[in-house]
Amino acid sequence: MAGTAPHSQAGNAAPTRRDFIVITASAFGAVGAAAALWPFVHQMNPSADVLALSSTELDLSHIAVGQSVTVLWRGKPVFVRHRTPAEIEQARKDDTAALPDPAKDETRVKKPEWLVMMGVCTHLGCVPLGQKGDFGGWFCPCHGSHYDTSGRIRKGPAPLNLPVPEYTFLSDTRIRIG
Amino acid sequence: MRKDFVTMPSARTIKALAVAAVVALGFNAPAMAAGDAEHPPAVNWSFNGPFGTFDRAELQRGYQVYKEVCSACHSMKFIAFRNLADPGGPGFTAAEVKALAATFEVTDGPNDDGEMFKRPGLPQDKFPSPFPNEKAARAANGGAYPLDLSLIAKARPQGPDYIAALLAGYTQPPAGFTVGEGLHYNKYFSGNQIAMPAPLNPDQVTYADGTKATVEQMAHDVAAYLMWTAEPKLEERKRMGLKVMIFLVVLTGLFLAAKKRIWKDIH
Amino acid sequence: MANNNAPTSGFFANPVVKWIEYRLPVFSTLDHMVGTQYPTPKNLNYWWNFGSLAGLCLVVQILTGIVLVMHYTPHTSMAFDSVEHIMRDVNYGWLLRYIHANGASMFFIVVYIHIFRGLYFGSYKSPRELLWFLGVIILLLMMATAFMGYVLPWGQMSFWGATVITNLFSAIPVVGEHVVTWLWGGFAVDNPTLNRFFSLHYLLPFVIVGVVILHVLALHQFGSNNPLGIDVKGPQDTIPFHPYYTIKDAVGVGVFLLLFSFFIFYAPNYLGHPDNYIPANPLVTPAHIVPEWYFLPFYAILRSVPDKLGGVLLMFGAIAILFLLPWLDTSKVRSARFRPIYKQLSWVFLIACIGLGYSGGMPAEGLPLVIGRICTVYYFLHFLVVMPLVGWFEKPTKLPASISEPVLKTQAAE
Repeated sequence: MAGTAPHSQAGNAAPTRRDFIVITASAFGAVGAAAALWPFVHQMNPSADVLALSSTELDLSHIAVGQSVTVLWRGKPVFVRHRTPAEIEQARKDDTAALPDPAKDETRVKKPEWLVMMGVCTHLGCVPLGQKGDFGGWFCPCHGSHYDTSGRIRKGPAPLNLPVPEYTFLSDTRIRIG
Repeated sequence: MRKDFVTMPSARTIKALAVAAVVALGFNAPAMAAGDAEHPPAVNWSFNGPFGTFDRAELQRGYQVYKEVCSACHSMKFIAFRNLADPGGPGFTAAEVKALAATFEVTDGPNDDGEMFKRPGLPQDKFPSPFPNEKAARAANGGAYPLDLSLIAKARPQGPDYIAALLAGYTQPPAGFTVGEGLHYNKYFSGNQIAMPAPLNPDQVTYADGTKATVEQMAHDVAAYLMWTAEPKLEERKRMGLKVMIFLVVLTGLFLAAKKRIWKDIH
Repeated sequence: MANNNAPTSGFFANPVVKWIEYRLPVFSTLDHMVGTQYPTPKNLNYWWNFGSLAGLCLVVQILTGIVLVMHYTPHTSMAFDSVEHIMRDVNYGWLLRYIHANGASMFFIVVYIHIFRGLYFGSYKSPRELLWFLGVIILLLMMATAFMGYVLPWGQMSFWGATVITNLFSAIPVVGEHVVTWLWGGFAVDNPTLNRFFSLHYLLPFVIVGVVILHVLALHQFGSNNPLGIDVKGPQDTIPFHPYYTIKDAVGVGVFLLLFSFFIFYAPNYLGHPDNYIPANPLVTPAHIVPEWYFLPFYAILRSVPDKLGGVLLMFGAIAILFLLPWLDTSKVRSARFRPIYKQLSWVFLIACIGLGYSGGMPAEGLPLVIGRICTVYYFLHFLVVMPLVGWFEKPTKLPASISEPVLKTQAAE
């Protein structure tokens, strides 16, 4: 029911009912636009085939004591080491040493003879070399970080211990990483 | 204002007519069946229509037919074992998929000696192909190439109808029709002569759910399965479509109401 | 919104807005272009929605295209597989792909209606000739973009459509074969062709954006045409674009999205061709090579002439002739509403275009070929003969004195 003058101004004493409809319509539109935006954002997240590769199983039976194996998991190296009793003992002894990133060895392994950790230096991402360095563990040649037999940082610029990924023992001789 | 209403239909009507014209004329339709091939009868699939969904049991039976009959010659390179556990599909569990994958041999490598080797399948592997490449496939099949079946249901007009009809459409040729060497008569194949011999025989497969495995049943089930392999997101698409259409109807209605309000001053 | 001359005081009083406005007057510029300070004829009908819809399509295609390219591989050995990867593994990949593929069709539907509006209401006439030219250029760029885009999935129709259309250039005398080899980057459509089509398909939409900006600027020189085809005489004939046409465009967007969504969610492959789900095979030609539906009319014109060069010239001529339109039409009256003969012939023209589309989708023989030829003849007749002659001989009906006049008259009658 418009009782307005012929030269209508847009919205003199705008009736509240019109504002309500316009506001509701705009709100609906905004919600729709946000919902429409989500696929554009989510498509950049890992696709189904990448997610399917997000765990790797490994057979441990052929890794002898004192031997290490490096596997690729999610595009990065993972060190799997069958530790010697001496290495385990050294790692336990150093629990109380001055550690830049304190951690007890027993919190870093599920079975003491198996050390599973990312082979990526926590400084700037190089791959450390095994059974080198001053602490009998790993040595990163890029900037001289030294890790011990538990993979903990002892000396050098790296701030953190070599991270331990999520893994499970499926049996005594088989683990699933991730 | 609308003095010429009689001679020019409203914009809305014309839009509707134009759309109808475009759609009805089916610009997309070249000659469907070449030569003397019959048109496949339309089947009332469970996945037809805006609310259609796949029948899980049907898909599982279809998978069984593919695995036990077709996979001897036909690859399915776009399907991975893990897809069998995806929502909207045959509905195997993750454990079943893992066990199923392990029954297949998959080529991997090279190993540290530089050689390719075979190992049991994992869920992330794609279905292995029966032949290493197309030429080997042709050599083993008299020069004809058993197509990869992943997309066949979308690569043919009336895909699933056509597949179901074709697989059950092997008959004796009509009197006077000479079938070429190495070819077989099929009512629905373009030109009526197909290189693939009739792949399905009654009771060829023993269905896990006890359904009687007639040729028509197996053809029907594998056609449904092939529709899933071609369009695994079908159910999700139709579900989302319903939400979107309802939302848009409400939104358009609101915009229309707002428009009428705002324009009240002018008219 | 208190009065028509000052911008809405509420928004422009905001300190952040004022800070930006002083340094870069984006808001007032927008207000003058599409806002409360852009006077628009008050009598535009829904046929005027299709310009903004075309702009929406362009944005949708660019956005979906950019995210699709994040997952697509432009190499013959991987292109088809990468599209399937998008359909099956990429999050919402199937949705983005179907939006992009059907979006191309929607873009052409919208643009064809937009063009038809221009033909019917005389929007190409002085002083809007350049606006019209820019529009035709946009159409040409769209066609090039769509053609190359269709090659990218590397299906059978991608490959063979590319082969047929690039082969057309061999009809050029003397240099034809060299042009084709140059286009292919080889001796047949192959990987070099795919790669360059990919590059150009990504580039051209941004060229389209540039031409669209020019198109809108040209529009704003004289403002929109209107269904009566008569010029705006003063402020009484206009209303501000915002909120009147912003909300009306929103209604159009809603209806458009409904149609668009119908295709995406319920008939995503209807406008396409099943053969494009078969990987490209240079040794096997499909039974019937057909382009996408929006090219069918031009395909019909191409095939209506037995001679290869003739067909090519006629096909390109069908678009080139649009540039001559402002001079071919001799009528002093713009809108077909007041041109009784031309109005009916516009519908005949539309039917001829639909006939061409039908013919283009059928094998080039028998009745479809006859229909294609008849419609081709009428297409050119319409521009070259009908428009000049009808303009001279037609007696237009009486134009209203102004846009507001019919409104004021009816109001006075009340």
